[in-house]
Parts: sequence; structure tokens; C-alpha cells
Amino acid sequence: MPKLNFTPNLERHLGLGSMQVEGSTLREAFDYAFRSLERARSYVLDDQGHVRHHVAVFVDGELVHDRVFLSRPLSEASEIWVMQALSGG
Amino acid sequence: MGSIERVHVATRKGLFTVERVRGKWDIVDVAFEGDNLPMLLADSRDGLLYAVLAHGHFGAKIQRSEDGGRTFREVAPPQYPPKPEGGEDVDPVRGTDVKWSLELVWSLEAGGADRPKRLWAGTIPGGLFRSDDCGESWELVRSLWDRPERRKWFGGGMDRPGIHSILVDPRASDHLLLGISCGGVWRTRDGGESFTLEGKGMHAAYVPPDQSADPNIQDPHRLALCRANPQVVWAQHHSGIFRSEDGGASFVELHASPSSFGFAVAAHPHDPETAWFVPAVKDDCRIPVGGRLMVLQTRNAGRSFEAKTRGLPERYAYDLVFRHALDVDDSGTLLAFGSTTGNLWISEDGGESFEAISHHLPPIHCVRFSTVRVKSPTWPVVAS
Repeated sequence: MPKLNFTPNLERHLGLGSMQVEGSTLREAFDYAFRSLERARSYVLDDQGHVRHHVAVFVDGELVHDRVFLSRPLSEASEIWVMQALSGG
Repeated sequence: MGSIERVHVATRKGLFTVERVRGKWDIVDVAFEGDNLPMLLADSRDGLLYAVLAHGHFGAKIQRSEDGGRTFREVAPPQYPPKPEGGEDVDPVRGTDVKWSLELVWSLEAGGADRPKRLWAGTIPGGLFRSDDCGESWELVRSLWDRPERRKWFGGGMDRPGIHSILVDPRASDHLLLGISCGGVWRTRDGGESFTLEGKGMHAAYVPPDQSADPNIQDPHRLALCRANPQVVWAQHHSGIFRSEDGGASFVELHASPSSFGFAVAAHPHDPETAWFVPAVKDDCRIPVGGRLMVLQTRNAGRSFEAKTRGLPERYAYDLVFRHALDVDDSGTLLAFGSTTGNLWISEDGGESFEAISHHLPPIHCVRFSTVRVKSPTWPVVAS
């Protein structure tokens, strides 16, 4: 199962650390995570379901560029990091 | 059972509570230290306190307190609906696509005594939202958002247009008057079912002369009404000071010295001829005139203005007072305002003189009075 990690700065707001998720794409992984953590959705994604302007998402060490459809494929061993971008604070 | 007069101060880095402790105003508490708060609402109907947050990375949020600010719980932020496929919505100034996404909750108001759980939220990029459950859920008011005129609104100061003033008529909760930068003055008389564009008589110096009087491009920085006579509405506009005696349908320009430029206005709750402003030089020089901070008060419907300076810095002051950072209490005698330089002042004599409460707060976005009924003081009394 892919592993989803959140920046410590989100932990302050949401009490989130890391969690195992299901899904073959980043969108599916987020949907899985936010089903049980609905409040977290609005911290990571905007109203339209796109990655927030000042949030950065990495999958297996690579920055995700498709911030709209979140189509980045995942493997069973994928590791996702939701970080804050170095701007906007 | 007594009552405590409280001043809530939303700043760039925290929400502060100010109370009179042993006869002296002082800061007694801070919440959300380090966080950016553009707005707050202390709801006099039920005592609930709403803190509006603007997280740089994680978006706009609302937190609600049921115990006067000791603890908060996050409620839902307003959410824009999905943008229709192929729907063209282009910013008229920037030529870029308008994203249907919440950028900022810029104003938050209680929906009237006979609508006990109703709240109104004004947002950037220009949506008005209504909640009928104390902020647990929100709905975009489509009758305004879908108006073709909305697509001509543009940002003033902010990149996108926003609703900063929501005046609820104390006689009729379904009557609202909105102030929008830059989208003029809008009215609904049916709780948001329909809207009309008002604000005749305002004029703008930032567009070519033939467009100056277009009500849909006006930049009223802040609107305020007299609660005893809501037909009287004051506007601190980007291009001057205006006053209406017909509930915002039409405005007459007033001329204040040393300047009619500013952001904030407070209307006397009982006297329709009295209001307060905090002037700055002009739009491209946003500092007090001559470095001397003052509050301008009119007591004769704007025929003349008096400069109030007692207790305020007389030179080398660079305080700008944002549009939500000046407030008057229900009696019309307590006045409070805060500045971009983190100075906070309170007047106990209707603006005749001011006492500095702090000189080192973060930049101040919003100042609001509330009256809290208590059995005994709720905050630790600071030893003097």
C-alpha cells in the first residue's frame, strides 16, 4: 500500500502524521485518505480539487506537476509527501 | 451578573482580546498565535466568536468558539461550486481565467435577530455565502455570482474582487447592502434571492472620465450604516467620502480636510449625522498627512469634519488603518482602532481623546467590540 506523509506544519492543524492509503493514482490515494479525514481535504486541495497553490506534492521523490487531475501513477511501494511550498507563508 | 466590554483584535499574527482590567484597558488573551486572521465576528445574538484564518499555504478557514475564545473548533469554510465545463470567466483587468476557488473570507456578519443561526460571508474572488447553521455549512448566493455584471468586477488592492462590507438592516434581516472592491454597492431585499446595483452618485478617479460614474466599477473601501436610521449609509470610497440618506441607492460626496482618502469608517449607532474616519494622504501615499495621525469626526452629516488628535502621535507616524480596523460600540462612546504598524487605540469619549493600548502588536486587520454577560471576570486579572 502507498504511504502518505504530511508536513509537520499540517500536523499542527490536523493532527496528521503519516498513513497507509489505497489507490493506483494520486487522486485515488487522496480520495481514500480524505474519506476518513474530510477536514484535511481543504488544507491540501482547493475548492476545485486542485493542489493548493502553495502546497507541493512529491511522489517517490519527484515533484508532482499535474496538480489538476492528480493522475500521477502509484505503485504499491510509493511514498507520497505533502509539503508546504517555500512561498505563501 | 454583570457585563464586560471587550475588544477583539484580528491581526497578521494572532487574535487578541482586550478588556478593561481594574479600570484600565489591557490585552488579556491571545489565540492563534502566529496565524493570519483577516476577520472575526463576535455574534451578539448567541455569544459565539468566529475567527477567520488565512493560512498562507493551506487556505482560508473558520474556527468557532462557544466559550468566549478559550477554545475553538474548526467549521466548514465556504466552498465554491465546480466551475462549469467551458464556462468563460475572465478577469477584466488581468485577462486571466477566474478560478472559482475561495481565496479569502474578507467579511463575516450575523444575519439578524430573527435569523438566529444565519451568517453571511463575503469573499475574494467576489462570492457571497450564506450559512443557516452557524457556519457548519455554506452556500454560494448564485443570484449575485451569476449576474453578468459580476464578471466586470476587478480587484482593488487585492488581485481579485471581494465583498468586504455586508450591512444587515436591523429593521429587516432580509435587507442587505453589500460593498464590493471593485464592484460597487449592491442590495437585496429578499434575503439574497435577487440583487440590484445601487450606489448612484459615486464616482471613481481611477478610470477614464466617461466611466467614472459607472456604479459597477466603484471601489467603496468600507460601508457603515446608522443602526437607529439605516437609511443613512456612509462610504469611505477610494476616491473620497460619500453619504447616502436613501439606504445606499444614491450618495452625495463629502469633502474632509486634510484628506478624504482612507479605508475605514464607523457610523454612530444612534446619531445619523455622526461618523468617524481615519485619513491618509492619498492612494499612492498611504500614510497620515504630515506624519500626524488623526481621526476625523463629523457631527453634522459631513458638512464639516473635526480632527481628533489627543492621545495620537503628532509626527513621524506611518500608521494606516485598514477598512475593518475601526469600530464603535453600541453606545457610540467607545471607539477603537488599530493600524498596520501594530498600534491599538481606544477612546472612551466618542473620539475626543485616545489611549494607546499597545504599540507592538502585529499589523491589525480587524477590530470589533462585543459585550459579554458574565458572573465574574473570565480572564486572569493582570496584577498592576
